[in-house]
Parts: sequence; C-alpha cells; structure tokens
Amino acid sequence: MLRFLIQRLLSLIPVLLTVAIVVFLILRLTPGDPAAVIAGNNATNEDIDRIREQLGLTQPLWTQFWIWFSGVLQGDLGYSFYLNKPVLELILQRIEPTLSLAAGTMLLAVLVAVPLGTLAAWRMGGWLDRILSGFAVAGFSVPVFVIGYVLIYIFAIELKWFPVQGYNRLLGPSAQGLGPWAWQLVLPWLSLATIYVALIARVTRASVSEALTEDYIRTARAKGVTEQAVLMRHALSNAAVPIVTVIGIGVALLIGGVVVTETVYAIPGLGSLTVDAVLNRDFPVIQGVVLFFSALYVLINLLVDLSYLWLDPRIRY
Amino acid sequence: MTSLASKLLANSAIRFGAGVLGLLIGVALLAPWLGTVDPAAMDAGHINTPSGTVGAFALLDGSSVAHTFWMGSDNFGRDIYSRVLYGTRVSLLVGLFTAVAALLVGGTLGMLAGYFRTLDAVLMRFMDGLMAIPAILLAIALVAALGAQLWTVVVAIAVPEIPRVTRLVRSLVLSLREEPFVEAARALATPTPVILWRHILPNAMAPLIVQGTFIAASAVLTEAILSFLGLGLPADIPTWGNIMAEGRVQFSQYPGNVLYPALFLVPTVLAVNLLGDGLRDVLDPKFAKRGAR
Repeated sequence: MLRFLIQRLLSLIPVLLTVAIVVFLILRLTPGDPAAVIAGNNATNEDIDRIREQLGLTQPLWTQFWIWFSGVLQGDLGYSFYLNKPVLELILQRIEPTLSLAAGTMLLAVLVAVPLGTLAAWRMGGWLDRILSGFAVAGFSVPVFVIGYVLIYIFAIELKWFPVQGYNRLLGPSAQGLGPWAWQLVLPWLSLATIYVALIARVTRASVSEALTEDYIRTARAKGVTEQAVLMRHALSNAAVPIVTVIGIGVALLIGGVVVTETVYAIPGLGSLTVDAVLNRDFPVIQGVVLFFSALYVLINLLVDLSYLWLDPRIRY
Repeated sequence: MTSLASKLLANSAIRFGAGVLGLLIGVALLAPWLGTVDPAAMDAGHINTPSGTVGAFALLDGSSVAHTFWMGSDNFGRDIYSRVLYGTRVSLLVGLFTAVAALLVGGTLGMLAGYFRTLDAVLMRFMDGLMAIPAILLAIALVAALGAQLWTVVVAIAVPEIPRVTRLVRSLVLSLREEPFVEAARALATPTPVILWRHILPNAMAPLIVQGTFIAASAVLTEAILSFLGLGLPADIPTWGNIMAEGRVQFSQYPGNVLYPALFLVPTVLAVNLLGDGLRDVLDPKFAKRGAR
C-alpha cells in the first residue's frame, strides 16, 4: 500500500514537469521580448529591465526555466504587473466562487446521474433509458453558455424565480450567509451540471448494465434479495470503479465549463480571472491559473486512483 | 464500395447526421444567395429590432435597398440572419481543419511511438503531461500566446486533442505490428516507412475517421466557446460565438442575439456527434464495444 502510494506520487513528477514545461514555453510562443510580454501593457522601461534581471532572461532557456520553476515550487507563481499583485494572491482571492461552483456542480451531478444511470440500466430499453440516452447525446452537443442563457431567460427573466447574475460570498468580511450564496448559485449549478450528468449517467448505465449480467446477480435474485438491494449492493458497488474514474476524468470538462459559466453569470472566480487576463495579455496570471488547474486535476485523479482500493477490495497494489 | 455505402446509409444516425451536415454545407456555400446582405452592413435606422422588421440599407450611390430582418437586427443594425448564415462557414471550416490537423499530427506521432520503442517512452510521457492540462484552458493559453486568427484558433483547439489521437493510434499500431501481414512485410525487408504507410495506416483508418468526427464536433463547440469568451476570432468576423458574445451584454432585453446562433450551433454539433456515433457502429464495431471516445 505504502509502496503503491510512493510509486503513484513519483509518477506524478514527469506529468507535472511536462505541464510546467508546456506552460513555460507557451509564453515564448508570443512574438517579441518575453520581459515586455510578462510586464504587460502598463509597464515602464524600468519594470521591464527588472523583470529581465529577475527571470534571468539573458541566460539560456533551461536556466530560465529552472529559475521560474524553482519559484513555482516555492509557491511563487509570478507577479501580475497589470493587477499589481502576486499571482498566488490573486488566485487565492478568486478561489471561493470557483470552488463553490465546481464542488456544488459535482455533488449535484453525481447525486442525479448515478441513480438515473442505475435505473436506466435496470430497465434497459425502457422510457427512462431512452430519455437518458437522448439526453446524453444532447448534453454533449449543447454548449454550457447556451444552457446558461436559456435558464436565465426562463427562470430569471420570465419567471423571476432566481437572480440573473452575480455572486454572494460565503466566507470573508462581505459574506451574506448560506441562503443567498446557494440561491444565487442554483442556475449556474444547473447549467454546468448538464454535461457532467450526461457523462456520468452514460458510464453508470454501461457499467451497471454490465454488472447486472453477472452470475452473482442471478444468485442474489434467486435467493430472494430485494431488487433495491440487488441494484445498490450487488450491481452498483461492483460497477463503482468506472463511475469514479469518469467523475475524475470529467473534472477537466468541469474546469473548462467553470470558465464559461463564470462569464455567463458574472461570477468573480478563477475563470473570469483567466478571461480578463487573456484580454489584457496578463501572461503571469494565465500561466498561474493553467498550472493551478492542471495540478488540481492531477491531484483529483490521484485521489480517484486511491479510492479504487476502498471501492474494490479485489484491487491490491 | 457499394456495399459499404448501403451499410452506412442503413444506419439512421448516419443518415440524420449526414443530412443535417449536408444542409449546413449547402447553407455555407450558398450563403450569399439565401436572401442575405453583407453581414457587416449596418442599418442605423433599425437597431435591435425584433424579427420580421423591414429595414433599409443605404447603398454607396445614395439609393437604398429594402431588407427584412428575419431574425431581427443587432446593436449596430446588422442583420442577424445574414451573420448567422455566414457564421456557418467559419464553424464548419474550423471543425474540418481542426480534425485534419489533430489526425495528421496525432496519427504521425502515434505511428512513430507505436513502432519505435525508444521514442515511445519519452513521447507518451509528454502526451500524459499535455493531457493533464484541461483542454479549454490549454486552448485559451495558446490563443493568448499566438494571437487570434483562423489558423491559430485551429492550432489552439487541435493541440489538446493530439494526445488522445496519439494514444489511439499507438495502441492500434502496437496490436497491428504483431499481425502476420506486417511480419511478412518485415521478412521481405520492406522499408519501415512503407510498412507504416501501406500496411499499418489503412488498417487504422476506420477508428481514425470516427475519432476525427468527434474531434470536429468538439472543435465547433470549442470555437464557439472561445469566440463567446471574446478570445476567439476577431470580432469583425461573423461567427456564431462572436454573434453571441456581442449579444451577451444586452441579453435580457434582446435574447435573439444569443438564441438564434444557438439554434444553428446546437444542431450542428449534434449532427456531427450522431454521425460519429453511427460511423463508429458501422466502421469500427470493436471500438464501439470498448466504449472509447
């Protein structure tokens, strides 16, 4: 177990190193002096000279990379000259809305998709199954911002049930409490959950329906186990590994969706930070956010790998 | 060949997907003759009008030509119907180019990784790293670095797709290279490039076409997302994402700016996805069973 953990952690090193190299090199794709690019449009000549000095831009590319990367390893993600703040501080400021949006969506999607997929597999070819497979294809074809605007149009503008846009903080000095926070997030959660539900429900259906063909299911039914227990304890628990895997892989989709959803609903999170950074050519922020999200994605999938041990006792590393 | 064509046409997903796609290609090609005006032309007298309003565009010689705004006009008095129809061109081109680019690069890298074991380890570790960056974020960062033009947007959307194609082709090559016909070719001292090109590639074609279709669908979607965020093609090019981005600010008063392009975008992506599903079922039953995508 410990050996597996160490092995798994070590295997993250090349992945994260590649991510860092790609993120570092992306900046060098832009034509022009990197120091001027990093400094952004509002910088003075002294700023640019100082950056060139700090980042060792007169030295070979590998040295430059190590100077930058060793900073990253120490939590120094660079400095946004456009916003006049360290990138890490900007990310920490913006993290609450993004995590609220992403975690809520994930919870909602799993709570909806897993029972739906299980029921569809139970009565394969039935009406629920057919609706669900139609929904799955549609879920992958409708972009999240279209869903967002349709929901805004129906539930915020026409019916006036929910606020149109904005965000109420949950923590910090301007916090307004749990109710307003959740109320404002209902539409964003629903918008972002659609594609995630489609993804998870489809895999759940496939995985549970495969488990339902196993001999132990027939045995369980033969000895009079209730259908509910057959589905939950016998089928679903044996189908858990692919489901958890797709939840982990889907986080990449979720992160992309967060960027769009935050723009649609004017939520001041990491996604809108990214979009603003691109529009202002604020490269240290772009690099920082990409690194942050990639590391998060890799870590979540590490946790998914570890969860196999608990979900499926047959797996021994 | 005729049997393949009839097999393809027997599949309802392919019929529907190809039909809708054919219709869209027709719209893209015939856009100037479908009752449209110049998508950039402005009618200052008719700004933000509802659909069906009759307006007039002033011509250079001083006369004016009457025009019905079937989908209303936007903030600048431009005809949304014309802009949406012309937007079809960009979306289809981006979808096609992205799929071709990702297949070419990913296919080549995958064949090399599958055939040359020394290259394999390094290349696949790099692909693992690339896959750890969420696709839209990577595309956004690439567009930010390269600037926004048609080819840079295509590159930005294609790069995150390359690792998946590489993996797919590599796994195909790994099993194909053990096949007797490849062994026979090797025994006859066939040069490696010829083996790859003549014996391995044709056998990897079906999964590649299926994968390419799915890439095209997601590329159309990603292009719209990039444009919608204001990070895609320059705003003066009418794309569905750009039209929606412009309509974003005044969505609550004039939802048509966002909803009409969506009425084209969603069926397009749906049709291409269904086409991919159908092609997968017909061309590549093994792939369908694996549920890979």
